[in-house]
Amino acid sequence: MPIKRKPNLAATIALLPTWFAAVAVFIGTMAWSIRLSFTNSTLFPSSTYVGFAQYSKLFSSAKWLASLQNVLIFGILYVAGCLLLGFLLAAALDRKIRFESAFRTIFLYPYAMSFVVTGLIWQWMLNPTLGIQASVRSLGWESFVLDWVVNRDMAIYALVLAGVWQGAGLVMVIALAGMRGIEAEQWKAARIDGIPVWRIYVSIILPQLGPALAAAGMLLAMGVIKTYDIVVAMTNGGPGNATEVPAKFIMDNLFGRQNLGLATAGATVLVLGVVIAVAPFRYAMHMRARAKGAA
Amino acid sequence: MKTMMKLFLAGVAFAGLFAAAQAEDKPTIEMMSSWTSGGEAAALNVIKTEFEKRGGVWKDSSIAGFGAADAAFQNRIVAGDAPGAKQGVIGLAAADFVGQGLFNPIDDVAAAGKWADALPKSIHDLISYDGKVYLAPTGAHGESWVFYSKEAFGKAGIAEEPKSWDEFFADLDKLKAAGIVPVAWGGQPWQQTKVFNMILLSQVGTDGFLKIYVDKDKSEASVEGVKKTLEILGKLRGYVDAGAAGRNWNDATAMLITAKAGVQFMGDWAKGEFTVAGKEPGKDYGCMIAPESKGMVYIADSLWFPKTNNAATDKAQKLLAEVVMDPAVQVEFALKKGAIPMRSDVDKSKLDVCAKKGAELMAAGAIVPDQAIVLTPQQVGALDDFVDEYWSGGSNDAASAAENFFAVFE
Repeated sequence: MPIKRKPNLAATIALLPTWFAAVAVFIGTMAWSIRLSFTNSTLFPSSTYVGFAQYSKLFSSAKWLASLQNVLIFGILYVAGCLLLGFLLAAALDRKIRFESAFRTIFLYPYAMSFVVTGLIWQWMLNPTLGIQASVRSLGWESFVLDWVVNRDMAIYALVLAGVWQGAGLVMVIALAGMRGIEAEQWKAARIDGIPVWRIYVSIILPQLGPALAAAGMLLAMGVIKTYDIVVAMTNGGPGNATEVPAKFIMDNLFGRQNLGLATAGATVLVLGVVIAVAPFRYAMHMRARAKGAA
Repeated sequence: MKTMMKLFLAGVAFAGLFAAAQAEDKPTIEMMSSWTSGGEAAALNVIKTEFEKRGGVWKDSSIAGFGAADAAFQNRIVAGDAPGAKQGVIGLAAADFVGQGLFNPIDDVAAAGKWADALPKSIHDLISYDGKVYLAPTGAHGESWVFYSKEAFGKAGIAEEPKSWDEFFADLDKLKAAGIVPVAWGGQPWQQTKVFNMILLSQVGTDGFLKIYVDKDKSEASVEGVKKTLEILGKLRGYVDAGAAGRNWNDATAMLITAKAGVQFMGDWAKGEFTVAGKEPGKDYGCMIAPESKGMVYIADSLWFPKTNNAATDKAQKLLAEVVMDPAVQVEFALKKGAIPMRSDVDKSKLDVCAKKGAELMAAGAIVPDQAIVLTPQQVGALDDFVDEYWSGGSNDAASAAENFFAVFE
């Protein structure tokens, strides 16, 4: 039987500003944006309602559809790539190697940088006339090609590459912390049984890291929706629509093209997408918590 | 609690500072512009110097990138903290702001300076809304220029400027054979659209160009013109280096300055970069109107004056408008920026060969407006998308792309 606590008046009052911020700032602005998406607003908000016209315009725009597809490809590969590489790095560092803290700093360092810096560095490195391709060619390998950033079919993977380089360090740190929390006895027991090291990692360590990796994955996934700066710095959405992402589409229409209506429609779709993705997850958590409470 | 108190005190002190700054009786202006490249900054400095000479105080808020500056400006306006002046093109982009009553008219300055007599009528119409003058024009730019490096042309054995597109492509082949990048391509959508426009003008002429962009004419002749334009544009892909995607225009100009590349399609502001690098028009580099073109696409810059509800800023805005339209400033500014003075009554003898060519075309009326003058920002964006998609898509199906072109106006 849970103890019923009396609501604390002082605490309630102290939380009021937060409540106000949550309701007015988050929900209020969200409602405002959704309202705008049903109007024909251009540079300034208008109150002429046009129904779902902005949405039908949005979904007939090749650029928007391309941006949705791109963010999906980028998101899946980025999160999976970061988790895989991060886990491998953590496993390597976990082998009690020399200079571990130095390596840890080096691998985590990219995460401390802004995406704009990451994007610029990789843009330079992958630029065919300045970066890796040019240097390899100047060494004598004339036919060497590494033109991902300017290649329509490969540009999105160039973004993934840069993103993974940046994000893997975070996963590494979280996974390493998780590994350090695992009892040394398990290692000893597995050694005695003669189980190979890789098998220990896959069958014993990895399952125990589940919650840590899920948290890391969640952090990365939230970044995916907001992907903007790395695209602007690296490819600016090009070549063509090859690396266009929803956040950039929205920003472009919001400011460059003076198209508030279309931009807010895009933003609304994006929020809805997140809600649809997160709702079942939250629901499952809720049900599990209730089942636990009942037991 | 203590830190909160400190923060509060700091805030009060900060606010006090601001109040003190505003209390100065000198006309102070915050100038927001995207003029940050070498030539552009030098040109802006001409206005600044004269403004300060006449007792004004100048605060620079330069932001690199036209779109970035526009976004920042829009945010400041919405936040109720407009800068005193903003550089922007003459065209539909300003109309919304004026319509919402966010700009100060500068009618009295215009009347006192007899702007109506000094400016071409079409320009005077464009800076007026409902009979009142709102924008102060700084200069006009020709956009259908092909710049070429004389050194590169010499190496490739090209003796004279090509007159037709066929000759032009033959020369590009020569440049390629000489191991020079034939075209220094600026790989941003807006730059590609400018190339599209200059080819279009060479294919359909000034009347056809106006028909398409102003009357949104979809007749067979217009479709055919767009198709031929796309064919030429598509052919250019073969003469561009691998690093072109996303390249800035001034980086492309640098390729000409160092004779790494042969030609560049760009507006005449590129001359500003040549000038900063100590290159002379007609000697180190040449300028020609796009082959087969009988006219020139133009765009015009101006200063916008947002309402700030501050008497000192209002005074400064009027002073700035006066300075910008001063005949001497117009010429000096045009020389530095590579532009053509907006006033028709200035001393043109100082202008370089290229600007003289441009001024002649302008005087003869052989000019058509840039898309930003006649299209809304949404339509301009759609046009950029269209050209970029065709250019980067590698599609050579010009006919079907030409049919899609007219969706830009929807």
